[in-house]
Amino acid sequence: MNDAAQTADSLAPLLEVQSIGKSFLKPDGDALLVLDGVNLKLKRGEIVGLLGRSGSGKSTLLRLIAGLDTPSHGAVRYLGAPVEGPAPGISMVFQGFALFPWLTVLGNVQLGLEAMRLAPAEIRKRSLQAIDLIGLDGYESAYPRELSGGMRQRVGFARALVVHPNILLMDEPFSALDVLTAETLRNDFLDLWGRGELPIGAVLLVTHNIEEAVQMCDRLLIFSTHPGRVVSEIPIDLPQPREPLDPLVRALVDRVYVEMTARPRQGRDGARAERPTLVSIGTALEHVSTNLLAGLIEAVSEPPYEGRADLPAIAQALHMEADDLFPVAETLQLLHFAEVGGGDIRLTEAGLTFARSETDERKSLFARQLLAYVPLAAHVRRVLDERSSHRAPKSRFLDELEDHMAEEAAEQTLRAVISWGRYAEVFAYDDQRQVFTLENPQ
Amino acid sequence: MSTERLPISVLRRRFVPGRWDVVAFVLVFAALALLAHSAYGLTRPLSHLQAERISLSPWALPGYAAQTALRMLVAMGASLLFTFTYATLAAKNRRAAAVLVPLLDILQSVPILGFSFTIVFFLSLTPGRVAGAEMAAVFLVFTSQAWNMAFSFYHSLRSIPSELDEAARAFHLGPWMRFWRLELPFAMPALIWNMMMSMSGGWFFVVAAEAISVGHTTVTLPGIGSYIARAIAERNLGAIGWAIAAMTVVILIYDQVIFRPLIASADWFRLEQEVGLTPNRSWALTMMRRSRLLGLAAGAFSGVVRFGFNRGTAPNRVRTQRRSRLHDVLWYGALILAVALLAWFTARYILAHAPPRTVLHVAGLGLLTLLRVVVLIALASVIWVPIGVYVGIRPRLAAAVQPVAQFLAAFPVNLLFPVAVSGIVYFRLDPNIWLSPLMILGTQWYILFNVIAGASSLPNELKQVGENLRVGGWLWWRRIALPAVFPFYITGAITAAGGSWNASIVSEVADWGNKHLAAEGLGAYIANATRAGDFARTVLGIVVMSLFVVIINRAFWRPLYARAERKFRMS
Repeated sequence: MNDAAQTADSLAPLLEVQSIGKSFLKPDGDALLVLDGVNLKLKRGEIVGLLGRSGSGKSTLLRLIAGLDTPSHGAVRYLGAPVEGPAPGISMVFQGFALFPWLTVLGNVQLGLEAMRLAPAEIRKRSLQAIDLIGLDGYESAYPRELSGGMRQRVGFARALVVHPNILLMDEPFSALDVLTAETLRNDFLDLWGRGELPIGAVLLVTHNIEEAVQMCDRLLIFSTHPGRVVSEIPIDLPQPREPLDPLVRALVDRVYVEMTARPRQGRDGARAERPTLVSIGTALEHVSTNLLAGLIEAVSEPPYEGRADLPAIAQALHMEADDLFPVAETLQLLHFAEVGGGDIRLTEAGLTFARSETDERKSLFARQLLAYVPLAAHVRRVLDERSSHRAPKSRFLDELEDHMAEEAAEQTLRAVISWGRYAEVFAYDDQRQVFTLENPQ
Repeated sequence: MSTERLPISVLRRRFVPGRWDVVAFVLVFAALALLAHSAYGLTRPLSHLQAERISLSPWALPGYAAQTALRMLVAMGASLLFTFTYATLAAKNRRAAAVLVPLLDILQSVPILGFSFTIVFFLSLTPGRVAGAEMAAVFLVFTSQAWNMAFSFYHSLRSIPSELDEAARAFHLGPWMRFWRLELPFAMPALIWNMMMSMSGGWFFVVAAEAISVGHTTVTLPGIGSYIARAIAERNLGAIGWAIAAMTVVILIYDQVIFRPLIASADWFRLEQEVGLTPNRSWALTMMRRSRLLGLAAGAFSGVVRFGFNRGTAPNRVRTQRRSRLHDVLWYGALILAVALLAWFTARYILAHAPPRTVLHVAGLGLLTLLRVVVLIALASVIWVPIGVYVGIRPRLAAAVQPVAQFLAAFPVNLLFPVAVSGIVYFRLDPNIWLSPLMILGTQWYILFNVIAGASSLPNELKQVGENLRVGGWLWWRRIALPAVFPFYITGAITAAGGSWNASIVSEVADWGNKHLAAEGLGAYIANATRAGDFARTVLGIVVMSLFVVIINRAFWRPLYARAERKFRMS
């Protein structure tokens, strides 16, 4: 690693995040906590990864550090001074590239320097250097729309490093790219970084891709969800370049999976247990398609897994990223079709029966599990049963849910229940009229 | 134009004057000469203008046409200025937005000719000079253009994608740089579209605004509008034919020199990163891109913009949305008080001059005009929806017809009124019925070109599924064509209906020589009140019409549009 950079004075932290918290206002005026008590130090010459599921507030943390938003509690200190707005010397690479489509590659790269009010000649010189460095030579006059995704993100990188930042913030920079392109771009970046050619002090990388985090970072912070807290810190001392198939790298990936499937116990003590927390009507649900649920059950029930699989292994076999796999696995756990823990997934008796059954049996089994273990679904069904018309408007349940969660989460939760309820045929839903009914049309 | 969008090769090329430079040279200097000539006219005394009669010779028309076109240009400039300031303020200040946004919504529904009485005010600004009258005419055109442009810009500012906004902030763009690099380019496609719509409306009203009488004040500004007015007074159909021809040429020039290039360059600003469906081409844009002369001008302009980047401070702090309860209470309290006071004064003013019975009568007239609008929109829909679908699903036909429909929408049909009116007089037809179609003559095209756009956006695969399953006849219309164009049709119908209300003021009353035709309706009421200089009745008429428009928009069009969007959108 950057031994040269590890001189005595550079060991002082570039960035210090002190017990930061962030909450957003819900429509009813209550606060929704998304980040809670996060501490972080960033030293010159290191790449630190923030790893967590969606909803862990890691992107929010990045925006607080970038000065794009203000924390509700705690403080961000950059070079010893509190951050109160976008600070000079902190630049950012965005997930969706955030290129200005009406500016050329050169225009996009020059943007930050123009805002720094440098002399035009200097702006041009530095921009062309950055374009060269990042491998965009010859594309100066191209518009973003003419470039492939990988080339666009190269522009994003060039724009961020042309200002010679002390800290480069990267918000899932590779997640909008296909696997091969992401790999190439990652390796190119690590190459330049390893040779000390990048004019960057330190890097803070937000990602949900476990392999990527292990490959790139010197240190990983793993976040819990709802609210986001740092649940563990994993230093990575492996030498670069790190091969994905290297057993040491695999072992680390496995370890991160174990950390991420462990569930935090309710409460603020930070202790964790591997038991699913109890769900209530007010539990936010993720909308996972029943095709995915059935697909994962089938995959785990078949050889070579025979009902029990290592999560990293099955993720690789199904070409799914951890962030795509976790919600499916957790929904199976919620429905008691499977148990998840220690980086493994195990089918329950119900799950194994489901795998062996035909469509109609599957539906009735799914209906049983749904009504037994998803209180909201049972609640909808009960309301429909009790009413003589057997109809109930969507808004009735939405209002109930919004007592417990933000508007968006409530919509999403209800969508999940609608989709599962339709599959199981426990109730029907008419989107045009926005009502739940007991009968299917006709 | 800024040099950013010019290909680098153009900037580096040695200066060899090409044919595009010759074209550009001629155009630029012709425009300058015209400007100088008209500016000279402004300082002349008003009496001079009144003494000088409008000539009906066709040779006088190019000059008149140029002056009309120039008024349009000035009004468009004013509208842009208004758009950038008003919409920016509304988008960036929460408290200001609470007033400005609803106000814009109301202004949009006020019939434009309702603003005619402001002519008295403008004349008093520059007593005895032409400038005041010119300002009044420009202001009338401005009121027909500004509101929807401001709305579009406001909407764009509010919907800037959060990542682009964050990128702009993370890289410390100051307000000036942010405007030129982010806000204006992002708003461009929608703004250009709205400018075109505004222009269409503007032509209609510039013609009406050049010859206006309010009470004892009569102003006749040299232009196509007053040429027509005089032709009507003299029952000269030949002169009207010349005026229509001149107008056609002016609109074609505007279209070619201003809007085609704007539309073609708007493609650069689209956020979708895919290459556009059909590249819009424009010879004028090619000229601007290829001409060294205009390149230099663009370079100078972009230099000024860049100079601005170095001024003003970049925001180093996050705008903290500190919601002070006390300030909010004071602000909104003051607002409510002001609105209540204004409402009370207006009501008292109207009731002092018009008894409640009159108010009821005017509301009844409103219902009559409403009936006309409804029937006409229904008729236009029955005619144009099938035609629009037929054209729209044939891409080559659509490419040929679409510009024609847009041109027809821009053409000020009030130029055609005299022809229709002379017919009504000649055949002794009932004005209550036969004046009505004039209301929709100019606005029906919105239905046509929106339906064409909708039908041509129907994905090829869906068309093929229809063929594959042998869906034909009425079933094809019901299941495929009509649902696909429905949201587009609604957009067109909203625009057409709004335009028809406006047009009713011009079309429910008509003159042909000394023959005066009038239909029973709210438009005729407002027109007569304005002509008589009866301020109270004018205000009453305008208030009633605005209420009709606002209520119909809120209670009918908006829910219908929301429903169409939800049910029929493609994704």
